[in-house]
Amino acid sequence: MLMELKEQLLSGSAEEYLNKLFLKIEKSPLNGFTSLARESALQQAREFDKNPGQGRLAGVPIAIKECISTKGIETNCSSNILRGYIPPYDAHVIEQLKAEGAIIMGKTNMDEFAMGSSTETSCFGPTRNPWDYDCVPGGSSGGSAAVVAGGEAPCALGSDTGGSVRCPASFCGIVGLKPTYGLVSRYGLVAYANSLEQIGPLTRTVEDTALLMEVIAGHDERDTTSAEGKKRYLPIREGVSGLKIGIPREYFGEGVSKEVEKAVWDAINTLESLGAAWQEVSLPHTKHALAAYYVIAMSEASSNLARFDGLRYGLRFGEDKDWHTTFSDIRARGFGPEAKRRILLGTYALSAGYYGRYYLKALKVRTLIKEDFLRAFKDVDLLAGPTMPIPAFKIGERINDPLSLYLADVFTVPINLAGVPAISVPCGFAGHLPVGLQLIGKHFDEATILQAAHTFEKATPFHEKTPAVI
Amino acid sequence: MEDVIIGLEIHVQLNRLRSKMFCGCSTDYHNSEPNSHTCPVCLGLPGSLPVLNKKAVEFGIKVGLALNCTIEEETLFYRKNYYYPDLPKGFQISQYDFPLATRGHIMILGDDGVERDIRINRAHMEEDPGRLVHAGTIDRAKYTMVDYNRCGMPLLEVVTEPDLHSPKEARAFLDKLKSILEYLEVFDGSLEGSMRVDANISLKGGDRTEIKNISGFKGVEKALSYEITRQKNMQRRNIKVVQETRHFDEIRNITVSIRSKVGAHDYRYFPECDLVGLRIASWVPAIKAALPELPDAKRKRFVEQYNLSDDHAKSLTSEIKVANFYEAVAARAPPKLAAVWIADVLKGELNYRDQTVDGFSQEHMAEIVNMLAESKITEDGAVQIIRDLLDGRGSSPDEIVKSKGLGKAKDDVVQKAVREAVAESADAVADYKAGSERALNFIVGVVMKKTRGKASPGEVHKLVKAEVEKM
Ligand SMILES: [Zn+2]
Repeated sequence: MLMELKEQLLSGSAEEYLNKLFLKIEKSPLNGFTSLARESALQQAREFDKNPGQGRLAGVPIAIKECISTKGIETNCSSNILRGYIPPYDAHVIEQLKAEGAIIMGKTNMDEFAMGSSTETSCFGPTRNPWDYDCVPGGSSGGSAAVVAGGEAPCALGSDTGGSVRCPASFCGIVGLKPTYGLVSRYGLVAYANSLEQIGPLTRTVEDTALLMEVIAGHDERDTTSAEGKKRYLPIREGVSGLKIGIPREYFGEGVSKEVEKAVWDAINTLESLGAAWQEVSLPHTKHALAAYYVIAMSEASSNLARFDGLRYGLRFGEDKDWHTTFSDIRARGFGPEAKRRILLGTYALSAGYYGRYYLKALKVRTLIKEDFLRAFKDVDLLAGPTMPIPAFKIGERINDPLSLYLADVFTVPINLAGVPAISVPCGFAGHLPVGLQLIGKHFDEATILQAAHTFEKATPFHEKTPAVI
Repeated sequence: MEDVIIGLEIHVQLNRLRSKMFCGCSTDYHNSEPNSHTCPVCLGLPGSLPVLNKKAVEFGIKVGLALNCTIEEETLFYRKNYYYPDLPKGFQISQYDFPLATRGHIMILGDDGVERDIRINRAHMEEDPGRLVHAGTIDRAKYTMVDYNRCGMPLLEVVTEPDLHSPKEARAFLDKLKSILEYLEVFDGSLEGSMRVDANISLKGGDRTEIKNISGFKGVEKALSYEITRQKNMQRRNIKVVQETRHFDEIRNITVSIRSKVGAHDYRYFPECDLVGLRIASWVPAIKAALPELPDAKRKRFVEQYNLSDDHAKSLTSEIKVANFYEAVAARAPPKLAAVWIADVLKGELNYRDQTVDGFSQEHMAEIVNMLAESKITEDGAVQIIRDLLDGRGSSPDEIVKSKGLGKAKDDVVQKAVREAVAESADAVADYKAGSERALNFIVGVVMKKTRGKASPGEVHKLVKAEVEKM
């Protein structure tokens, strides 16, 4: 896709292409974009048309999730408390994209501070699923997924703390990758749960994801957790013969929709017919993953979101009162209900007397879950299962029942707890809604899951299907 | 004063480092515009991440070793969560479990005149918050401004056990700590706010109060003295001392209760995942090997090598600058005499003028000591020269001696004056012979007048006595 787009842009006009996208976005029912960097993007496109340059993404527009810092472009995490905040610096990934000639076209909607899997907690209202406007696009990178699936952007970046790239990729029928923790620098990513999250691409094809990964991955000395070295993913190795795929017993059965289960098993059968071997494996601590994830993520969030007091940037009302009243007021009015819920629960979990019972215990579970994966990977090269237990649900259906929303993350959060990479690729439909296949790899072995995903994609028609909106 | 129990928490800015604790901003902000030494990291902008300044850890280990602490195998950073406008992230990166250094001790001179070890509980690293500038006094200000230049400065917090028993001992501890830090070249105490002290104090059987954020060693002494009086008076009136945080009002010299920021503090410490655990055990041998000679060791060496009294050696080694100055002078002039003149005279004159030894030339000091040793000038003359040089009246000892005629009279001139004076003072001689030792002073006075003060009174006394005895 992106390779062909580059050819098209070279023979045609980036400015024209971009204008077409902007026109489409203006009329769009999706509410995927929160802001457009129209002027700077068109300026860059005109420059490309004059002198395309050598960049690997030269002339290619890309949509960026609201929580990734972009110099000069408002970055507000879809939260009122950060409205008006314009970062004075670019995130590492933005620097990398710009260095390869990509054009930042705008920012995309998300669950407030990435807290959600439906993009409904945004202060800009929900984003709609291009396959069914009444459905959520998944989340929290729902804006990024919807605009790519809806043909409003050729590719996008999201962030994945507990499934926030893979869930919307699955719900919107596109490809989304959560890289190994430490592979992509988090410098400039506004933190929700810093020990769990990674920036990842959302694209139409596996190859495009590999291309974006080559651009954004690599060591950055400004992120202490960033791994050494730079990896190559292209060209992706084709074929799966000889690959051993583990099927986690715990990722099927109760809570998984029949249609999802069928689509995923069909995918496994396809991979087998392409030469891969599969065997059942067990990740016995999966049932504790959600609890551990939410304790860790909320604890970290309660601390990460403490800086938003309106003093230096973001929301501020007319007259200041004393410090406590002023910052409490700003936080009371700036954060939405889900952000407040998580800050409160996280604060509680870290409090004296509860720290051992919740946070430390969650860390222990996290270690057990990581060990589950390491044990499984002794026998197999990668794991396969559903990304989400269900297809996209209706807007408003679950928003007032946070627990049922949290339960939907059951197969995505263990991956973040373990720090391993995982990709979601379209593998069929449940009715008219897409289903995603999740392929999970060993630490820093993105190559193998890209290989399996790419081979599967080549052998199946799902990625070619587009929603009626296009 | 065994019934007074004091423990100190001292925040030391490792201000000899070039860059801040977690970013590349310069630490040299003292003469800069507010908020000009900042970046996304120390301003805690969304998305920024800390990167540990390894040199700061090295400095911390240095201090830990000098305080005779155990250095942990691996050290971890934690978040200390609280809301305050000077804290732009809403948490401070600090240490909790596995601090850099634990269980040390340093020696001070106790009030009973005996030297003893004060135990150090721990020394851990953290980042300094910004600085609040109130428009007026803290309780009356209409608004407050925040300067984040200081934010992210590397701090070492040294926590003592409650081993101190008086304000004077607390002062002695702080002096010793400062001395060690300056020896290690990690700290410059002349910069504003470079050392801030929290003091815990209780009387035997009573609850303790914490006096927060006292700057200046004199301030610590005054705050503690006030607090002891206050607590004693409360005990006398049978009022219970409550455990609380107090603020030292430097203007009124009293401590006042401050309501704690958010009820009881729960800082919700948890690991800072943006930094990784640092295995420091392997750093220690090299840092240990490169440690400079510390005050106590230098003091011992001065006694042995220069044959000084322990008091003089202590006085000369309390400040590294003075110790280095002394050794430079001792290399060019008689060491024992140099010690007396630097410890007893020069230091006093400097103190009086609030000057440091940097402002005095080592060559000049050596010259003065040598002239004294060769009896070319009198002791009064030497004091005069030192004062003139410090006050900018004269360019060198030699020049001052010449211009002021401070050169000591030659011995034969003195001898002659003595003979004359004795001959002229028959009454005094008679009194002396009759048993009045004091009568000699009269004759010495006559000699001094004749030599216009250029002779040394001590010597003259000896000569006069000898001359009279001959009669
Ligand atoms: Zn900085």
